[in-house]
Amino acid sequence: MNAVSAPITRHWHLDARYVPLLITIALFFTMAIAGSIFFDGFFAPQVFLNLLIDNAFLCVVAVGMTFVILTGGIDLSVGSIIALTTMISASLVQQHHISPFITIPLVLLVGSLFGLMHGFLIQRFRLQPFIVTLAGMFLARGLSYLISTESISIDNSVYRFFAETRIPLGSASLSISAVIALAVVLIGMWLAHATQFGRTVYAIGGDEASAHLMGLPVNQTLIGVYVLSGFCSALAGVIMTFYMLSGYSLHAVGLELDAIAAVVIGGTLLRGGIGYVAGTFFGVLILGIIQTLIVFDGTLSSWWTRIVVGILLLSFCLLQQFLEARRATR
Amino acid sequence: MSAPVECVLKAREISREFPGVRALDNVQLTLCAGEVHALMGQNGAGKSTLIKVLTGACPPTSGTIELDGQFIQPHSPLDAQRHGISTVYQEVNLCPNLSVAENIFAGRYPYHPWFKGGGIDWQALNQRAHEVLEKLNLHIDVARQLSSYPVAIQQMIAIARATNISARVLILDEPTSSLDDHEVKQLFAVIERLRTQGIAILFVTHFLDQVYEISDRITVLRNGLFVGEYLTSELDRNGLVAAMVGREFIMNNKSDAVHANSNTNACVLEAKQLTRKGQIHPIDLEIKQGEVLGVVGLLGSGRTELARLLFGLDSADGGSVHVDGKLLSLDSPHDAIAHGLALCPEERKTEGIIAELSVRENIVLALQARNGLLPRIAFKEQKELATKFVALLGIKTANIETPIGQLSGGNQQKVLLGRWLATHPRLLILDEPTRGIDVAAKHELTTAIMALAREGMAVLFISAELDEVLLESDRILVMRDRRKAGELPGGCDEQAVYALIAGQA
Repeated sequence: MNAVSAPITRHWHLDARYVPLLITIALFFTMAIAGSIFFDGFFAPQVFLNLLIDNAFLCVVAVGMTFVILTGGIDLSVGSIIALTTMISASLVQQHHISPFITIPLVLLVGSLFGLMHGFLIQRFRLQPFIVTLAGMFLARGLSYLISTESISIDNSVYRFFAETRIPLGSASLSISAVIALAVVLIGMWLAHATQFGRTVYAIGGDEASAHLMGLPVNQTLIGVYVLSGFCSALAGVIMTFYMLSGYSLHAVGLELDAIAAVVIGGTLLRGGIGYVAGTFFGVLILGIIQTLIVFDGTLSSWWTRIVVGILLLSFCLLQQFLEARRATR
Repeated sequence: MSAPVECVLKAREISREFPGVRALDNVQLTLCAGEVHALMGQNGAGKSTLIKVLTGACPPTSGTIELDGQFIQPHSPLDAQRHGISTVYQEVNLCPNLSVAENIFAGRYPYHPWFKGGGIDWQALNQRAHEVLEKLNLHIDVARQLSSYPVAIQQMIAIARATNISARVLILDEPTSSLDDHEVKQLFAVIERLRTQGIAILFVTHFLDQVYEISDRITVLRNGLFVGEYLTSELDRNGLVAAMVGREFIMNNKSDAVHANSNTNACVLEAKQLTRKGQIHPIDLEIKQGEVLGVVGLLGSGRTELARLLFGLDSADGGSVHVDGKLLSLDSPHDAIAHGLALCPEERKTEGIIAELSVRENIVLALQARNGLLPRIAFKEQKELATKFVALLGIKTANIETPIGQLSGGNQQKVLLGRWLATHPRLLILDEPTRGIDVAAKHELTTAIMALAREGMAVLFISAELDEVLLESDRILVMRDRRKAGELPGGCDEQAVYALIAGQA
């Protein structure tokens, strides 16, 4: 028999898929160690938990964005949906005295419906995700200005409870929002790795036509990722309402770009098909730790955060291109 | 094959019409269990349309498909798959970023029970994939990414997926065109295994050797018509080529052809050991002034690749090309044009015409390109040129400002010809200039070409239609399996050409 002797490596090998993820994790720990060496008081549990507390909304948005980017799409509307969510929440709770327990599910529904609209337009009419979600971005931002051009602050007791409660963890503590963000990351990882929905997301990013021929539910999944992203944006909006205790149309301006940066630094290919929710989590932490490092330094302008993020983003894109090129020549 | 064979798929009286074209006309196909059935035919014979009909990608206009005694009407590839007809294409239709195992089982994942989280059971998945591939004698690490394996293995994985889902009919659409000899052997070993499992296999290829190596039966199509079904053991190569190429129609007469003794003329183009890995084996070639050199061969024999190499569209890996004694750089169409080469490409729609531009604009395009962008050709001169070629080539158009998209195929082709003639080429390469145009237009076009050759231009004439080449060429270059199989004088016996194409000379 003519047995096929393809390369069998029984021993451990490093799949090129994991390289960006490992680099991201290594980068985070390098920064953490560097910070701990150079700055007094940096190496404290609360400093690291604050990364999570201060970036909880970004983390939630970025998980949704990861799924969108894995299909090869993009969602520019997330920042605006956050602003709209804070505005609707503040307006309903503060001005119309509606219970937070009705308000919160309602805004989550609004975010999901925005996502459904995006997904439907993109899937049904084969429109560019960039344009569709750009339109959604203007629409959501515009709607929040319709509610009010002024900031509305919230003094509702439920919102205060969510904002101020701290869950003690040894000497340090975590906010409820941070716990929600962690839960979203874990659910995201499970969705991506262990469900038909998640695997179809990867398949679409790999080769949409093939995924279709393989009988995978491509159309439903495409719409699904935008619904998921819309839901995550609204949830991030709820978290931001806890964080800011206000609704304002200018909340989260440009946050979509931070989310995309976190996803890309987390090792997800913008072309789709390759990437991990865990990577995105570390991407968010890296964005956070850069900020923390600059605060600890004290002499640098906070705009340095942007410069470093820009450089990181470029390096990661170059790295991915390099890995792709190497794979292609094999 | 003395045992009674069980008939799995019967397609009868299949016709498929596209606007203006009858791609399939009363075609039949019968596939038997445990047999490899080769589907043969030239470019445009209707092979791909027949496959599309069977896979549901393009339902027939009329006709019936019977699978295991049941009439079926697949309306999508997925639907055909559910009926038990799976297809593996030349480009592997799998997801390169997923693991081998996942590609085989995507959509049919084994799940953990709910109390263990209910997610996909990756261990079971990998285990099953491993078993499926073992059955095909394929021992690879199923957890690795699909793209980390060569195309040949990927194709076998595609076959594994196809046969694991439903194993009645497996269609292999040119699976070997991008494989090397060793990989073809591996693939054939897999096909052998499937044959013993009783699957009916439809094998589409343009490599004759492979047909004789693996197939039990052959169905030949030509111009959308069913030519015949043969036992491979009873049809020799010459017979097969004759069935595929056929004699279409007898052209008016042979007096058009010059077959001039142009041997004394100077060499226009001389290629030495021209080669490109995977496309053309080293080839020598010379064309003299005023000569029409016909190039024939089956699809995939390297006809078009040769034209692209000479013109610098694909850069050669080795060898040299001299035009009028001057060395040509091998990777620049621009340089080729500057040296007086012109190429009428095969795909008129995608590589030639610009449908929205007028006849005039299409004609001056190549001349403008050669002159560079700045020295613009005066509008008056453009008009003169266009008018001249419309008259010379007998282009039927309302006027020279008509968008070329509105012209018929034959007239579009003439405009393309005019475009290159406007540059006064030393050598005109025509890649299937008569494909898809009607008989009358074909004749006019070939007449025009001959007239040009008599004026001293050299012509490299590539065509799938043997009659035409025999009639028009001074010399005939026969290609087989991406190399030069031989050269014959113009007006030679067609049997001699068949023999060379079939590799039995």
